[in-house]
Amino acid sequence: MSVTYPTQLPAAGAQSASHGHDHAHDDGSRTVLGFWIYLMSDCLIFASLFATFGVLAGSAAGGPAARDLFDLPYVATETALLLISSFTFGLASIALRAGRKEIVALWLVVTFAFGLGFIAMEVHEFTHLVEIGAGPDRSAFLSAYFTLVGTHGLHVTAGLVWLAVMIHQLFAFGLDGVVRRRLACLSLFWHFLDLVWICVFTFVYLRGVIV
Amino acid sequence: MSSSPVLAEARHASGGLLRSYVGGFLLSLLLTALSFGLVMAGRVPPGLTFGLITLLAVVQLLVQLVFFLHLGTAPDQRHNTVIFILTALLITTVVTGSLWVMHNANVNMMPMSPALENRSAGG
Repeated sequence: MSVTYPTQLPAAGAQSASHGHDHAHDDGSRTVLGFWIYLMSDCLIFASLFATFGVLAGSAAGGPAARDLFDLPYVATETALLLISSFTFGLASIALRAGRKEIVALWLVVTFAFGLGFIAMEVHEFTHLVEIGAGPDRSAFLSAYFTLVGTHGLHVTAGLVWLAVMIHQLFAFGLDGVVRRRLACLSLFWHFLDLVWICVFTFVYLRGVIV
Repeated sequence: MSSSPVLAEARHASGGLLRSYVGGFLLSLLLTALSFGLVMAGRVPPGLTFGLITLLAVVQLLVQLVFFLHLGTAPDQRHNTVIFILTALLITTVVTGSLWVMHNANVNMMPMSPALENRSAGG
C-alpha cells in the first residue's frame, strides 16, 4: 500500500493518511458489516413497497390492468441485462482478489454498460406508460407500481454513479485498502439490487400477467 | 504486511470464486427462464403457476445469496447471515401481515348500496 502513496497528489496523500489511521482500528470488515446492515434496512423499505403494491395491485380504478400493460419479453430482456451485470461484477471481484487493476476496471466498465442498458430500458418503459395514459396518476395500482419499480430504478442509478466514481478512484488511488473496501461494499449493493429485481419480475410483472 | 503469501492465497481462492459466480449465474439464468417460460406458455392453471414462480423466486434468491453474496456459516460470514435471517423474518411479518390485514378489511367492509357507491365514486 505505502508504495503507491508517494506518487500521489498532496491532497490525495492527505486523504490516504487519514484512512491509514482508520485502518489501525479496522481491516474493513466492520465497514462492510455496517454496510450490510444498511442494505438490510433498505430491504425493509422494499418490503413495505412490495406490501403496498400487493394490497393495491387489483385497484386499477377501471383503467388498464397489469395484463394490458406488461410486455414479458421486454421484461425478460431487462432481467437478463441486470443478471449479466451482477455476474460481471463478480468477475471484477475475482480480479480484485487477484490484485489486477486493469481487469477490475474492465469488468466494472462492462457492469456499468449493462446497468445503463437496464436503466435505459426502464426509462423507455416508463415514458411509454405515461404516454399511453397509464402514468402513476391513473390508478392506485399504477401509483404503487411506479413507486416500487421506480425506487429500484433509482437504486440502480445510484449504483451506476458509484460505479463511475469507483472506476475513477481505481486509477487515481490504485488498489489500496480503501478502494478495496469501497468496492466490497459496492459489490454487495449491486448484487443486492439483482435480488430485489427477482422479487420485482416475479411479483409485479409475472404475477400481474397471470392473475 | 507481506504481500506474496496473501497474493498466493488469493489466487488459490479465486478459482473457487470463479466457480461460485459461474455456477450462480447459470442457475439464475435457468430459474429465470423457467419462471418466464411457465407464465408465457400459459399451460398451467393460474393458482399453480403463481405457486411455482414464487418457489422459483425463493430458490433464485437463495442461489444468489449463497453464490453471489457468499452468505453462509463460515466464521467471517456468520454475522451477515444472522442479520439477514432476522431481516427476512421482519420482511415476512411486514408483507404477510399487511396483505392479511388489508384482505380482511376488504372482506369485512360494510357492503355499500350501489347508489352510495356511485355517490362516493363521483364525489
